[in-house]
Amino acid sequence: MPTEELMAQETVAPWMAAPPVYDNESNLPDWYQKFREESWKRFVNTADPKRTDENWRFADLKKSKFSELLPAAQVEDEAALIDRSEKSRLTDCAAHYVFANNRLIDSDANGLPEGAICLPFGEAIEKHGDLVREHFMKEDRSLGGDKFAALHGSAALSGLFVYFPKGVVCEKPIQVHHYVGGNQQVIFPHTLVVAEDNAQVSVIDMFETIAEEEQTLVIGVVDLVAKNGANLQYVALQDESDHGARHVQINSTRAGRDARTKSAFINLGASWIRNESINRMLEEGADCQIFSANLANGVQEYDQRTLQTHEAQHTTSDLLFKNALYDEARTIFSGLIQVQPGAHHTDSFQTCRNMLGSDKAEANAMPGLEIDADQVKCSHGSTSGQISDEEIFYLQARGIPAEQARQMISLGFLNESISRLGGEELKEFLFRRVEKKFANLL
Amino acid sequence: MPDSATLEAVNIDQDEGNFSYPEEYAHDAGYGLNEDTIDFISNVKGEADWIREFRKKALKIFESKPMPTHWASEDLENIKFDDIRYYLAKGQRPTRSWDEVPDDVKQTFERLGIPEKERKYLAGVEAQFDSEAAYSNVKEELEKQGVIFVNSTEGLREYPDVFRKWFGKVIPTGDNKFSALNSAVFSGGSFIYVPPGVKVAHPLQAYFRINAENFGQFERTLIVVDEGAEVTYMEGCTAPKFETATLHSAVVELVAMKDAKIQYITVQNWSNNVFNLVTKRGMAHENAEIRWIDCNIGSRLTMKYPGVIMKGRKARGEVISIALANDGQHQDTGAKMIHAADETTSNIVAKSISVGEGRSTYRGQVHIPKNLKGCKNNTECDALLINSNSRTDTYPAITVRGNQHATQHEASVSQVSEDQIFYMQQRGLSEGEAMSLSVNGFVNDLVREFPMEYSVELKRLIDMEMEGSVG
Repeated sequence: MPTEELMAQETVAPWMAAPPVYDNESNLPDWYQKFREESWKRFVNTADPKRTDENWRFADLKKSKFSELLPAAQVEDEAALIDRSEKSRLTDCAAHYVFANNRLIDSDANGLPEGAICLPFGEAIEKHGDLVREHFMKEDRSLGGDKFAALHGSAALSGLFVYFPKGVVCEKPIQVHHYVGGNQQVIFPHTLVVAEDNAQVSVIDMFETIAEEEQTLVIGVVDLVAKNGANLQYVALQDESDHGARHVQINSTRAGRDARTKSAFINLGASWIRNESINRMLEEGADCQIFSANLANGVQEYDQRTLQTHEAQHTTSDLLFKNALYDEARTIFSGLIQVQPGAHHTDSFQTCRNMLGSDKAEANAMPGLEIDADQVKCSHGSTSGQISDEEIFYLQARGIPAEQARQMISLGFLNESISRLGGEELKEFLFRRVEKKFANLL
Repeated sequence: MPDSATLEAVNIDQDEGNFSYPEEYAHDAGYGLNEDTIDFISNVKGEADWIREFRKKALKIFESKPMPTHWASEDLENIKFDDIRYYLAKGQRPTRSWDEVPDDVKQTFERLGIPEKERKYLAGVEAQFDSEAAYSNVKEELEKQGVIFVNSTEGLREYPDVFRKWFGKVIPTGDNKFSALNSAVFSGGSFIYVPPGVKVAHPLQAYFRINAENFGQFERTLIVVDEGAEVTYMEGCTAPKFETATLHSAVVELVAMKDAKIQYITVQNWSNNVFNLVTKRGMAHENAEIRWIDCNIGSRLTMKYPGVIMKGRKARGEVISIALANDGQHQDTGAKMIHAADETTSNIVAKSISVGEGRSTYRGQVHIPKNLKGCKNNTECDALLINSNSRTDTYPAITVRGNQHATQHEASVSQVSEDQIFYMQQRGLSEGEAMSLSVNGFVNDLVREFPMEYSVELKRLIDMEMEGSVG
């Protein structure tokens, strides 16, 4: 980067001068300090997204600027937040954690199976440094958010580290709340889930804002590692304020031999979100499934980029993203299936469906394929349309008013993604959250 | 089966294209590109000042635009613009009768399979030898109907009132780096005007040839079809093989007025050292229809995304595309559909075949802006991989605004099934023949869209490309 450009940025970005350190009390190991410094350098040396960058095609680049923000300060009323989290707690969860502005404020890990490790990220670095180091931010590839990821790498301390040793199975989800609040504040939650051979684990991250109308930003990175025969599920429910809140989340999933992963993005809130999801099928029999259900209204912009990369023979993956758009909402879906040389006998599918509920909503879809192998079954499909009059008429004929019929159909449309996840209570919970937003739309 | 005369007439294969004649160019602008090159071209052609200015402005835009390598193939960097001759011509006016055509040019046509007898059933052959149309014969009936069918130089000189209005309007000079290059140095190509209500019964046709090492060919085509009129235009290309890369960068603009229909058919079979970077776009007014039928078999790198801007209500756009990429080839093709009026519909069907280390890419754009209603798009892309090291990519982009439209996009990638091959071998076909048959079956529904002579030619080209691809 030319020096004059660097200097120009320094004048506007408070953290162009120094990394956003907000927790000096942690006793961080050397490797992690070094990692932070390198991430910091990468952040400074990485250019902002440009118009000509294919990874940012169709995106409103103004929304991706974040130079005036600061690392979030400790919240004042922790008790109120803990109360709030209890109200949306799953009755049957294995563990329950509450983070507010980068700090753990409450936890209950009584339902965890024996041998499982669940720790706030900062503590995990101290106590299980080797495990963290082995899996933490190992993905070199980027779908465009490398500058965000670099800043995250220089700051991450909050969020949960989940480690399930060989054969440890827990069907109940681990629930994690992340609250962000205060004007111009940013949090860096990191979720690292490792399922060793034949382990089974399910994690749900919930992102919410403390107050409405505040300029907040979440820069989250999620590393999911499923070893041989493991079964890993991860859900991110984002329900932040649609006035001012912005949300960036970068997921990276690695699936080993016969491993199965399911990951989902449910987006209801925030004024702008950017989701990136890299899914790597590394060994034979690996299967990655990626889902998303997004309900966008007002002037919300949801920007999602995905990659399914098949690196071994006999691997499978499936992606189903569904967007329901109202008012002047915009969605961008860019997905790429990549079948690498030698990854023969691959089955890979990708579907993005957009339902447009107003004449000003805008849906962009870029479903991509790159196939470099033989005996491959791949397809992608993308549709954009509206609810047909016939469907509405059918429900009206059965006594359901048109408006309600519309809502029922839209809800069913989004629920198709949610229903592919595992865990009855979890699915019901997600469905209710979507339903709640629909109720507010009317 | 077509009769033997037809078969002979379309007897084109690549081996017959492996020849070249001594270069005796009466006009040669030298190597490289600068303002002098443009003055040279304009002087030779005796062009009006506005065209000279148009060219010079385009040169500046060309120089200022970066290579689109942030999304396109890095292979573009291998084009050495300074090593290219931008203008060559025989120094002859387009001739009216066959007798006036020089012998070596005739010989070229003979080997390409465009013998004199073709004139019997083709309405007019606009055969382009290097930059200038060397031969041009429009049948009398077309002239009677008022159809204008000339080359670009003649079109702009003799009929400025017909063509100037649309020239550079469908594809602005600055659309991309290569449309700017073409605008700076264009020569040759066809300018066609069809008056209101005239339905041209026979397809108009032009064959192109590149015949000088490192010689770029920059033809410019503009077809204006007036209200209620219809025309089909066909182009086919072969090129002799040379050792260093050749650049071909055409601009083709189509204008279909109210209720008009244009069908533009291309079979591209340049030799494997040609960069074929073409901008093609049509503008369809109310209830008009534009169809691009495009087949790419040759070239080293083809980048071509025919587009239709549907400007009037109920306008229709269609792209039918077949691409075959063999060793050392990259077919980067696709389509662009811009819906700019209510109730416009578009359809894209693309099929590609990758053989050996060939790479085929589909790149598409469908755009439906706000405040429109009743727009529909259908896109289907199917890719067939023949060998384990073949490659295929699909990169569509679909933007829909508003809730009164319907779009659907589907893509699939598959192989010729081993069962199919086995079945055919059981019935006495060799593995190669079985593969050929399967591939022809894969594209058959699209090949049918081509006129008969072209489908025969296409089938042969596919057979030839499949030779030695298995085993």
